[in-house]
Amino acid sequence: MDAPLIELSGILKSFGPVSVLKGVDLKAYPGKVTALVGDNGAGKSTLIKGLAGVQPYDDGVVKFDGKPVALHSPREAARLGIEVVYQDLALCDNLDIVQNMFLGREETEFGTFDEGRMEKDASDTLRSLSVRTVKSVRQKVSSLSGGQRQTVAIARAVLKNARLVILDEPTAALGVAQTEQVLHLVSRLAEQGVAVILISHNLADVFEVADHIDVLYLGQMVAHLDARETTRDDVVGYITGAKVQQEATA
Amino acid sequence: MSTQKTPSTTGPAPDTSVHDVELIGSGQEGTIGDQARAYFQRLQHGDMGALPAVAGLVVLTILFSFLSPFFLTERNFANLLTQAATLVMLGMALVFVLLLGEIDLSAGVTSGMTMALFIVLVNVHAVPWVLALVIAFAAGILTGTFIGFFVARVGIPSFVVTLGLFLGYQGLTLLIIGSGGLYRVQIPEIRDIQNSNMPVWAGWAMLGVILLISAGMSFWDRARRTRAGVPNRTITLVWIKLGVIAVIGGAAVAVLSRNRGQSVGVVEGVPIVVPIVLVILWIGTFVLDRTRFGRYLYAIGGNAEAARRSGVKVMLIRWTAFIVCSTLAVVSGLFSISKVGSVDAAAGREIVLSGVAAAVVGGVSLFGGRGRLLHAAIGALVIAVITNGLGLLNLGAGVNLMVTGGVLILAATVDAVSRVRSGGSLMRT
Repeated sequence: MDAPLIELSGILKSFGPVSVLKGVDLKAYPGKVTALVGDNGAGKSTLIKGLAGVQPYDDGVVKFDGKPVALHSPREAARLGIEVVYQDLALCDNLDIVQNMFLGREETEFGTFDEGRMEKDASDTLRSLSVRTVKSVRQKVSSLSGGQRQTVAIARAVLKNARLVILDEPTAALGVAQTEQVLHLVSRLAEQGVAVILISHNLADVFEVADHIDVLYLGQMVAHLDARETTRDDVVGYITGAKVQQEATA
Repeated sequence: MSTQKTPSTTGPAPDTSVHDVELIGSGQEGTIGDQARAYFQRLQHGDMGALPAVAGLVVLTILFSFLSPFFLTERNFANLLTQAATLVMLGMALVFVLLLGEIDLSAGVTSGMTMALFIVLVNVHAVPWVLALVIAFAAGILTGTFIGFFVARVGIPSFVVTLGLFLGYQGLTLLIIGSGGLYRVQIPEIRDIQNSNMPVWAGWAMLGVILLISAGMSFWDRARRTRAGVPNRTITLVWIKLGVIAVIGGAAVAVLSRNRGQSVGVVEGVPIVVPIVLVILWIGTFVLDRTRFGRYLYAIGGNAEAARRSGVKVMLIRWTAFIVCSTLAVVSGLFSISKVGSVDAAAGREIVLSGVAAAVVGGVSLFGGRGRLLHAAIGALVIAVITNGLGLLNLGAGVNLMVTGGVLILAATVDAVSRVRSGGSLMRT
């Protein structure tokens, strides 16, 4: 197997007296979809917020490309090519698609925006993901449907040659057709060589696109599974704590 | 993508690929008709901008010109512009914090306090007026820094911080001026801002420069878009825009170029305050539309958490917005004392809500994330027209306040309704 793009080990995070992450390990590989599953409160969101640099970990080692890195701000994460698509999408309703996709990393020329270039890159990215539901890249996000918003959020993540894309519940609010479209998008990301971490409650989605399944239970990683060699019942067992993997990992 | 000719039955496949490319537009394509349709669609979605204010301005102008023979005179037009200048500046200052969904209730007293400081330094302590002006601006910047610290850093609602400052600065102004005190403004340069006019040729030159800059910016943008390989709007729109500026600006300059002196000699030309306002309006609009600082103001006003996750330094931008607001409030104070000719302890106490009203009437959203400097300027003109027109009809401050208050509530209602229409309230975090 290839070397992991990102490797977390012994990650700790607590809020006051509440310890949310108790020594978590996680690996994600380029070109593979790693699903991160776990019940509510297992620490999934906290884990990815640390990766995004939004909410730094208390302790633990983060290796990117085999080298230890510090993730203390969204900018540092972005510089490494780590992009997160949040559950609540984190888009600005009052801005248009291009402005949202480039928020925080606008193309400038003499300190002022190069709107033409941004518009071109945004359209190209949407096309590369075979997006066909967006009428105009200058539409305000407030006028988009849930699926379209998700599309914009994912397109935003891959705009700047992302190497690790983390998707937090990307299909939670979507209908059947739109879910299928987003899952297709996820596979397409992996085909492009991106390491994808997919967080989802929907095990059908997980089994459809994931290569690896990691299970988080009450702040601890209880299982690293190969999606082809496991079953839905096993995964549910780990998620609910009914089943515990024998720690014989190398 | 090569369009290879396949004679067999694989008809639909290349068709869809072409279709894909066409489906993602940029909103820039199409004829004037298409653009106009897109504009009306945006209106229906509640994105009305300054349209209600412009309509109000037209209606009020027609109304008052019927009710008072003095309203549509050259003299009153010049008077209206100088009366409005203070409010236009204050409204534009407030836009920077309103875009964040914040408010600065102390903007008025900031202008008053800094002007009290200015005039006492000049009149009592014989400080050169330029130095005193620098000190006044420094006090304004310091005020914004103070507000920004408590709002952006400590996290106190701006309403509370600036309300506190609203009271505190009235006290400070009283201490600086002394109770019952009144200082005359005797600096000719300051008096000239609102009371002198440019030569007639300079007014026309100003219009020429505005047209040149507008055309230059439009064609620069088009060249950049062409270079990036994205479509431009039809060029007719540029000519329409320039035509509108030329007609409205030309009419205004023409009226102001006529002699409006009534047996007191020749009074003609564009008041000096006009180009000052226009320059600040242009710079501010440039910053809001084309720089990171401006874009992030809108982003934070739309969804602060999204901005933060995108790596925007939210605290710093918030803080800076308050500094910009307080600094521009000093300019507004300068216009005010130039017009009034004196400073007393009540300076700037009453104007702030009119400033907020001006911005909101013009289409700046109180909820943040929507509005432009021009909107605030147009809104301020609406309020100035109401004040001016009711004054000409000898209806006093009582009626004026009531009408202005009613207009503000009406404008805020339009704001709230258009927000719901555009689905904004559903996604607030």
